[in-house]
Amino acid sequence: MWSNYIATSLFYGIAGVIVIFSILSVTLKNIFYSALSLIVALLGIAAIYIYLNAEFLALIQILIYIGAIMTLIIFGIMLTLKISDKTLQQHNKQQGLSFLVSGALAAILILIFIRFKTTEAVSLKAVSLADIGKELLTTYALPFEVISIILLAALIGAVVISSKDM
Amino acid sequence: MMDLPFILNFLLMCAKAAGLLGFVSISVMFLIWWERKISAHIQSRLGPMIVGWHGALQTIADTLKLLLKENIVCREADKLTFWLAPLVVFVASFLPFVAIPFSKNLIAQDLPLGLLYILAVSSVGVIGIFMAGWGSGNKYSLLGGMRTAAQIISYEIPLVLSILPIVMMTGSLSMNTIIGAQKNVWFICYQPIAFLIYFISAIAEVNRAPFDIAEAESELVAGFHTEYSGMKFSMFFLAEYTNMFVVSVIATTLFLGGWQGPLLPGIAWFLLKVYFLIFVMMWIRWTFPRLRVDQLMDFAWKFLMPLAFLNILVTALVMALIK
Repeated sequence: MWSNYIATSLFYGIAGVIVIFSILSVTLKNIFYSALSLIVALLGIAAIYIYLNAEFLALIQILIYIGAIMTLIIFGIMLTLKISDKTLQQHNKQQGLSFLVSGALAAILILIFIRFKTTEAVSLKAVSLADIGKELLTTYALPFEVISIILLAALIGAVVISSKDM
Repeated sequence: MMDLPFILNFLLMCAKAAGLLGFVSISVMFLIWWERKISAHIQSRLGPMIVGWHGALQTIADTLKLLLKENIVCREADKLTFWLAPLVVFVASFLPFVAIPFSKNLIAQDLPLGLLYILAVSSVGVIGIFMAGWGSGNKYSLLGGMRTAAQIISYEIPLVLSILPIVMMTGSLSMNTIIGAQKNVWFICYQPIAFLIYFISAIAEVNRAPFDIAEAESELVAGFHTEYSGMKFSMFFLAEYTNMFVVSVIATTLFLGGWQGPLLPGIAWFLLKVYFLIFVMMWIRWTFPRLRVDQLMDFAWKFLMPLAFLNILVTALVMALIK
């Protein structure tokens, strides 16, 4: 009974951390602090994955989102001018449009969660690495390849943009 | 009443963490003394000789000095980031110890995804370096932090790619399973190129010469930790040597058969192999000159990465043919 209580409070603790730091990451005036808050929020999501027995996903989350993507975002921040200026502007004038987009996304997500009802609890088993690999190369081979092509296109695009004087 | 196993489990976890922390501190103290002795002998000096036998207690004296030093925070520094950065760097270097197999049963937790776990948690350290560089409010620190980040991102790719063939051969990410697969032949015999790529990338990952452009003294004063002093500086120092230990542990586990060996107990073989690899890293540091930034990047992207990809392809081909 106690372990149940601890598990529940742990979940709400992690969820609270994610919500608070996500809000901080879009409201803080200092853009470097925003990036750091986003890192904490992403770590919280990794913790949720571990809570749901998806260790592989959690580790990939840390490796890719924090180890690679956030590092690149901070790198980008540092390469912007006046980085030592503590009041770097991080808002632009498109608040109406962004409100529309994020509002629509939230509405869709809420609709999905209302419609999605299971009568029995979904069993959460740890999936083995070999199974993930097999599924990726058989059942999900097409999406896997499509994602690869998108990434390749992004890579070539980045090279073209960065070498203007080619 | 809280159920007993939970409390016991919790206490056990705390005990393991404390034990590992103790081991890390002692090991780092030894490594610092060792590095000073090795560098001294390579340069025809004696190194520390006064405190203890051949200066063996020198590091303890230095640690006490660092503890007693004034804690200086510059006026331009961002207090919170400046304060947190050494913690982030050290925690990221300490977390991998959970999955390190010291001997057959001496492992805090044999995670099924141990190797991936070590790679994932140690990749967080670069954020701490960024925080230190930015938080110091000093352009040398900022430049050092950015160079470090560029270097770590670049070399992480060949590093992970060089590990892949081993994972392909064993079909597992658990440290103990990988060691078990090397009962007869060490993987360095099958994968010498992977070992070389891994070792070169690992030296770059821990920012040591010839890849230490992140703290090139002649250009950047001391890189991202220029403004740090006292206890906070020693945290960075501790993290650097801990990282050296961790990358050597991965090399030992993946390529040198881990704790396996004749006669001596597992832990002795493990420490012998790990400290030997660390010795090689120190040897390289004190005999090679530092690379230029562009040379460093070219080497990672145009040489190591294609080679690592080729190695994966050849390994896959041979595996398919044998089957």
